[in-house]
Amino acid sequence: MLRHALRIAWKDLRIEVRSKEIFMTVAFFGALLVVIYSFAFQDKSAIRAAVPGMLWVALAFTGTISLGRAFDRERENDTMRALLLAPVPRLSVFIGKAIAMGLLNLGVAVIIVPLLALWLNAPLFAYPLELAGIVIAGSFGIAIVGSVFAATLLKARSRDVLLPVVLYPILLPLFVAGTKCTAALVAVNPDLDIAHYWMDFVGIYDAAFLVLSLWVFESLVIE
Amino acid sequence: MGRLDRVLVEKVAKRYGTERALAGVSLELVRGTMCALLGHNGAGKTTLLGVVSTLVRPNTGSVTYRSGEVKLKGEAVRREIGLLAHASLCYGELSAIENLELVAGLYGITASVTAVLDQVGLEPRARERAARTYSRGMLQRLALARALLTKPSLLLLDEPFTGLDRGGALTLGEQLGGLKADGTIVVVVTHDLEAIAGRTDHVAILKRGKLVCEERSDLSYSYDQLKDLYHRNAA
Repeated sequence: MLRHALRIAWKDLRIEVRSKEIFMTVAFFGALLVVIYSFAFQDKSAIRAAVPGMLWVALAFTGTISLGRAFDRERENDTMRALLLAPVPRLSVFIGKAIAMGLLNLGVAVIIVPLLALWLNAPLFAYPLELAGIVIAGSFGIAIVGSVFAATLLKARSRDVLLPVVLYPILLPLFVAGTKCTAALVAVNPDLDIAHYWMDFVGIYDAAFLVLSLWVFESLVIE
Repeated sequence: MGRLDRVLVEKVAKRYGTERALAGVSLELVRGTMCALLGHNGAGKTTLLGVVSTLVRPNTGSVTYRSGEVKLKGEAVRREIGLLAHASLCYGELSAIENLELVAGLYGITASVTAVLDQVGLEPRARERAARTYSRGMLQRLALARALLTKPSLLLLDEPFTGLDRGGALTLGEQLGGLKADGTIVVVVTHDLEAIAGRTDHVAILKRGKLVCEERSDLSYSYDQLKDLYHRNAA
């Protein structure tokens, strides 16, 4: 199953590398958000408190846009049907899409995090390993939950509006945990115990939703 | 797993919200036959193909796939199905060869991609180009190559002659006749009766989700016979 999932993920990444459509658009949007933040938060003393929220709002927005467009691509020539018709476990379609989306989210985070650190002079790299851990777990969490809903809404007429409306309430615990973890890392007195607690929380959240998604994916995507 | 001998559609009904797409359709598809699935737009033909292809779940009724005495399910059934749908089912950013290699990988086959592209007549200089640059006819040929690559024993074709010129349509008709002779179950949804005349030996006509006519013949139906059946039952 993993072999087929990797094949599907590789196909998605290959198409993205060729078109650069999603990555360029979303990375540019992420950079724009950082510029807007820099104008909105003129009080530099507030940056330390605000930067965790800025980071996770940016990841939420860019993640949703990526998901919508990536699954639109499967709708254009009805290629999702082709994937579902292949004699491979249908779960490998979900896993493949989630891997590709997770890597894409991560790629965008690699642009947003240094921009936030440089532009706002935010101490995001005080604990780089911990920050990398929470961003990786968050990026894949968004991809796991998002892939299920984006695939389910593929045939819905107003899917662009529906996706964030459906997705954000479910992703809320992940965003809260990500923000809390980042806040603990960038605080004047960093608290690694709190950071690790929220990292564990996101890890459990990802695992729980992965299991749930594997369970419901097929029944949701078949008409 | 073996090739499909028989597909039994039993009392299949499907609703989309309040819209009835299929109402208790029963149909038997047998190897080595070509079934023409006819009807006006909205009659339920595409939905029925969706149900038979395992991509649409019926509200009631069932579809049984048999290879000899063995009932096939899940991936074993999907391995035997080739589908040519309204859309090409191919990625626009990938070339014809890359699209077919992806399919071959997912189906775990080592079939010659070039041979099947030769078979459908996609010109060699177009094969390395992104599929989004193809004309409608070229895209249709690629979609057909995609459906034929896996050597399916159940070939489902939804308006396969769309976008093809008269020569291309006749060649496709001949190829479908050849596949039928090789034992493939061919199901064609089409309004182009001329292209399937002389090859179809099983006709099923749907009207507002109901099967209003099903006929078989030892000989293939002529164009006039198909036209007559269509006008008597679908109108």
